[in-house]
This record gives sequence, C-alpha cells and structure tokens, in this order.
Amino acid sequence: MWSIISVLVENKPGVLFKVTHLFRSRNYNIDSISVGITENPEFSRMTITTSADEKQLNQIIKQLDKMIDTVEVKLLEEKKSIYRELVLMKVKITKPSDIMEITDLANAFKCNVHDVRKSSIIVEITATPDRINAFEDLVRGYGILEITRTGICALERGVGNES
Amino acid sequence: MSGARSLMVALEKEGANIVFGLPGGANLPIYDELYKSNIRHILVRHEQSASHMADGFGRVSRRPGVCFATSGPGATNIVTGIATAQADSAPMIAITGQVPTKMIGRDAFQESDIIGITNPIVKYAFQPMTASEIPEVVKKAFYISATGRPGPVLIDIPKDVQQNEAEMAFPTEVKIRGYHPWVDPDIGKIERAIDMLLSSERPVILAGGGVIISGAFAELQSIAELLMIPVVTTFKGKGAFPENHPLSLGPIGMHGHAEANKIMVEADCVLACGSRFSDRSVGTFEEFEKNLKIIHMDVDPAEIGKNQTTHVAVVGDLKASLRIMVKMLIQKAVKKNGDNPWIKRVNETREYFRQNLKLHPHPLGAAKVLRKLREVLPAQSIVTTEVGQHQMWASLFFDVIHPGTFFSSTGLGTMGWGFPAAIGAKAAKPEVPVVDIAGEGSFNMTENSLAVSVLDDLPVIVFLLNNFSLGMVAQWQRTFYDRRMIGIDLKNCPDYVKLAESYGAQGIRAESIDEIGKAVQTALKSNIATVIDIPIDPQEDVLPFVAPGTPLKDMILPS
Repeated sequence: MWSIISVLVENKPGVLFKVTHLFRSRNYNIDSISVGITENPEFSRMTITTSADEKQLNQIIKQLDKMIDTVEVKLLEEKKSIYRELVLMKVKITKPSDIMEITDLANAFKCNVHDVRKSSIIVEITATPDRINAFEDLVRGYGILEITRTGICALERGVGNES
Repeated sequence: MSGARSLMVALEKEGANIVFGLPGGANLPIYDELYKSNIRHILVRHEQSASHMADGFGRVSRRPGVCFATSGPGATNIVTGIATAQADSAPMIAITGQVPTKMIGRDAFQESDIIGITNPIVKYAFQPMTASEIPEVVKKAFYISATGRPGPVLIDIPKDVQQNEAEMAFPTEVKIRGYHPWVDPDIGKIERAIDMLLSSERPVILAGGGVIISGAFAELQSIAELLMIPVVTTFKGKGAFPENHPLSLGPIGMHGHAEANKIMVEADCVLACGSRFSDRSVGTFEEFEKNLKIIHMDVDPAEIGKNQTTHVAVVGDLKASLRIMVKMLIQKAVKKNGDNPWIKRVNETREYFRQNLKLHPHPLGAAKVLRKLREVLPAQSIVTTEVGQHQMWASLFFDVIHPGTFFSSTGLGTMGWGFPAAIGAKAAKPEVPVVDIAGEGSFNMTENSLAVSVLDDLPVIVFLLNNFSLGMVAQWQRTFYDRRMIGIDLKNCPDYVKLAESYGAQGIRAESIDEIGKAVQTALKSNIATVIDIPIDPQEDVLPFVAPGTPLKDMILPS
C-alpha cells in the first residue's frame, strides 16, 4: 500500500533531519520525500510517500503530528489531490535515428528534451509515477545511462488553504 | 545583559532554584553567572548523575529539574540521563555548553553535535545562535518539558552566545504553533467508557505511570471504589493506587504479582489509565487483547492504538478525564458493592497466592528483607530503585502505601539511576526520608554520588541488596542459557561499608532481618547518607516470571 502524506513544518534548520530521523528510529519506510518553502516563508511543505499498512500509517501520522515542528499533517487521497514527480533521464544514443524516436516518445508523453548529443539525450518528464514508469519502460531498450527523480510533490484539490 | 546572565534570570523566573551539574570550558560563562545568582548548585562527580538527579527532582516535584554540562564529553555523559527521562516521560531541562558559533562544524576541541546525538531522545531541543533568543528559549523549554506528556528538553548554548550582550525581553507567555498539549477530554467517550465498564462482568483498572505524572490518585481511587473494580498497575504505575487497599492487586507484567497477572488475564474489560502497554507489562500484544475490551485514557494521542487495539479512547489530561468520570458516576448515582462473583474471585485469587506462593527459604530472602524495610520506613518516604533483581523484588515485596512515592527507571532500565535520582528527590522533598533500593551492580555505576549526598547535605539511604553478582543476568543465564555463567561475578568488591565511610557517609552491614530493621532506624535518626549493605543469597531468582515474548497466562511460578 502506497500513501502520500503532506506535512506542513516550521521552515527552520534541522526539521528535515528530525522528520527523517523519526522514520528511521521507528522503523518506518520513506519511499520518497520532497521539501520546499511555501507561500508563507515561515513554513515548508514536505510530501512524503511511504509504503505502510493501515495500522503503521496511522502511527506515522500520529507521531508526525506529535512533533513540535510540524504544524499540520494530512494523509492525501489520490483522487482528491494532484501529485507529480519530476524525472531527468539520460538516455543512450547508439544510432542517429534514436534521437528522433526518443524525441517522438517524449512528445507523446509531453516531455521536454535537453542536451541532445551524439551519444546521449536528456529527457525531462513531469508526471504521475505510473506514467513515468511507463515512459521508462519504453526507453529502457535504448539504454538509460543516468536517472534522477525529485520524489513526489502533492497538493490537495480545492479552494486553497482554508486553515 | 549577557546571554549567560539572561539564562539565570530566565531560570529564576521559572522557579528553578537548584541545578545539578559540572563546569567545563564551554559553560564557564554560565557558571560565572551562576556564581552571582541565588540558584543553588550541586556539584556532581560525573555528568550522568547530574541528569539523573534532575530527573529524580523532576519526577518528585512534578516540575522540570535542571542539569548543566559542558560541551563534548560533558554533553555526551548526560545522554543516558536524557534517554532515561524520555523513556519515563520525566520533565527535565538539560543545558549544555557548546563551542563558539564560529567553531561549530570544525571538529573543535570538546565539540560534539549534541543536538544531533540526542534528537530521538528529547521532547525538543534548542540551540540559540544569538544571546537575545535565550529568554524565550528558556520559557518555551519549560513549557514544552512540563506540559502534556512531560519529557526532557535540551538547550545547547554556544560559548559566544553565553558571552554576548543583548537587549533582553522576558516573555511571560509563549505559544508554539505545532504544540497543543491541552486537549479537552471527549465527554461522549467518557460516557461510553462508563457504559462499557458497567456492562462488563469482569472489569479491571490498569493504572500506568500517567496516573502518577498527573497526580490523579484521588480520582482513580474514587472510580475504583464507586464501581468496585480491582486495580492492577504497570510497573511504572506502581503506587498509583495504595497497595494495601482491598481492591489493589499490584503490578502486572514480567515480574508482576501472580494475582495481578491472573486477574488481568481473566478480565473482559480494562480501563487503562496513562499506560502505554509496554511489552514488559502485557507479555505479548496479540494474546493480551484477546477477548478484552480496552478503554484507553492518555494525554498522548500517539499512544492510542500503538501497541493495542482500543475500543474507546479518551485523549486528554488524565486527571481531567478521570475527574469528569467521577462526576458522571456521582450524577448517575453509581455506587456498587463488592457482593458479586468477580470481586469474590479477585479476593480468592489474592488469598490463594498469599497462602501458597513459595518464598525463598534463605534467612535473608528478598521478601523478608523488603517487608522489613516496609515495616520500619514511614509511609510517606520516597523510594527509588536501581535496575535488576532488587528492582523486581521491590515491585513484588515492597508495598507502596502513599501514592506517588515510588520511582524507578522502568522504560529505559538504567542501572545507576536510583541513587542520584534519590538525591534529586531529596532536594525536591527534604522533609521526607528517601531510600534507594539498590543492587550492588547498579550502585557501582554511580556510587561516586556519595560525595554529593554527604557534602551537599542531601542524605539518602542506599538499601543495598548485595548478591555479589549481576543477579538478573545470572538468573537469565540459569534459566535460558543452561547455567553457563559468564560476566556476572562481582567478587564482593568493594567493601561497601568502607566505601561509604571513605566518603564520610555511614556504612552499616546488616546480616539478619533484625539488624536490617535496626540499621534503617539508625539511618533514619542520624540524617546522614547511609549505605546499608545486606548480603543476600546469590542463588535467589525473581519469581513469578513471565518469560520475554510469552503471554501473561504462561507465568512461571516458584516450584
């Protein structure tokens, strides 16, 4: 089971360390974590994805809530939120036609291509993890040289921050 | 004023009139201001003891005890004390010196990242980087440490921040966005809890450490008496309920009272008050909750459902929740009498084990020794313990009459905690006798606090059950490792009477029950630190025993 937790935290040094340390010391798993400042510079928002059963997930949320530097902890429902991940993928170019083929695939997935060279090309894809995995499967045959993922960032759908 | 001066002013404003500590390079500016202040300083011989003293002071006074240590090794020496306080939810403020801000991260002399090191074992930690932050940091530290579920808070102050001058503003109130310790208990849920208790046939109250922390003794007793429900406790909750009360069954768990474990297993509904259902208390989680309706009251929402599935959960200050419950019971005119099969069964069970539980035949068997201590010691005395066999014997054979007078390192199980904690307790309540029920293995770890007990006029009694070995380890080697005894023999070294005397304390060897009684009376009258060395039988096991990873029902009884 895969869950997305959105955590609003005080934007100050050491908070990311505390959150990740909580996961470590309680033997929870972080699949991905993305952090950034919010519309209010006093806060940062962390989006954490984790594989946990319901009981463990409950505990994770309570333990996060208990932390003094967390202001709000929300479990996001997939259907009620927008969630995306940005991935940069360096794909191997073996023959000149590879460039066109990969660019076509990228267009089909609404991706951008960068740094086109004789031997490699970098594709930038922003999508849901499912779509990213599908794209990765398609280009794997060309040879993926390097990959970097931001981890998921997510927001609840609706009329802005009511709180 | 300087950062260090503002620290003293802020501490005084919080009512801290005593600190336990040891100076060093990185906290000398703090000590220089301590010199000028009215705060009493207790100089320890090892920083670990300073943290345990602050812990003992905090548990007894129910406001944070304060300890000081310098940077680097001074700070790492209090790590065990901080972890102990965190495991037992004890209020404590640890204030460490740190290398100057410009030196941080350069592996400076006596630099340690104490914020990083202690992260998982503090309730919160501050590292003020400018002097002007200190007043607010201290205010917040006391607020966080003492409210909700109490715990240790660390303040790590770089040396230049102690020295720098700044305009200081001392807030009278602080708010922290992400911290909401006050939760009003849900009345509807308390109502449901009452219905559940009234409709159950075999209800039990399980009192945990939360009852002692919140001081909810009177409320707990009213509920037990109005509903006529027997009371068991966790080990941390020992003494939350008078152990000579007709409804008391004593602690459950690994070395719980046989009657308490037996009745706990037979119960169909439990009202758990301020308990975290530790593995030492419940045996196995799955077996414990089988056929049991669990009502859980706790100040910490994260405890609900952590170890056990609950049927009704009431989050909030325990004293407030229980007070509401008492009011409701009085409004509903609930007043049960004990004329029912369950209470009859409870009384028969207790009587059966009293009559039939075999005690160790040695003339200085633990039961005889500790019952003698109970007989001579005034009921309001404070008792701490170390960790090991003596601790579990204290749980079994030393009845706590006056609620909230028994303290032990129950969560972390820190050997060496009891003696310095007793000194801290004495500082908090100088008017009552304080006894550390000790084993020599634990006492060895912090025995140099004898200097503090003597020189700082904080006389406590060390009631030393000396079996010349690490007794609990020996018991496990006898029980689980086919008597392959290793690493347990302490060889009657040192001579504790001479050791006590060398510190200027009183040392008494007591070799019979009669001598024990006399020794305790001598210690109580003399009002100087006393070590009573009692040679007990190294072969005695602590029984009953619920082996780790087994359910309470499989409790091993003395054969």
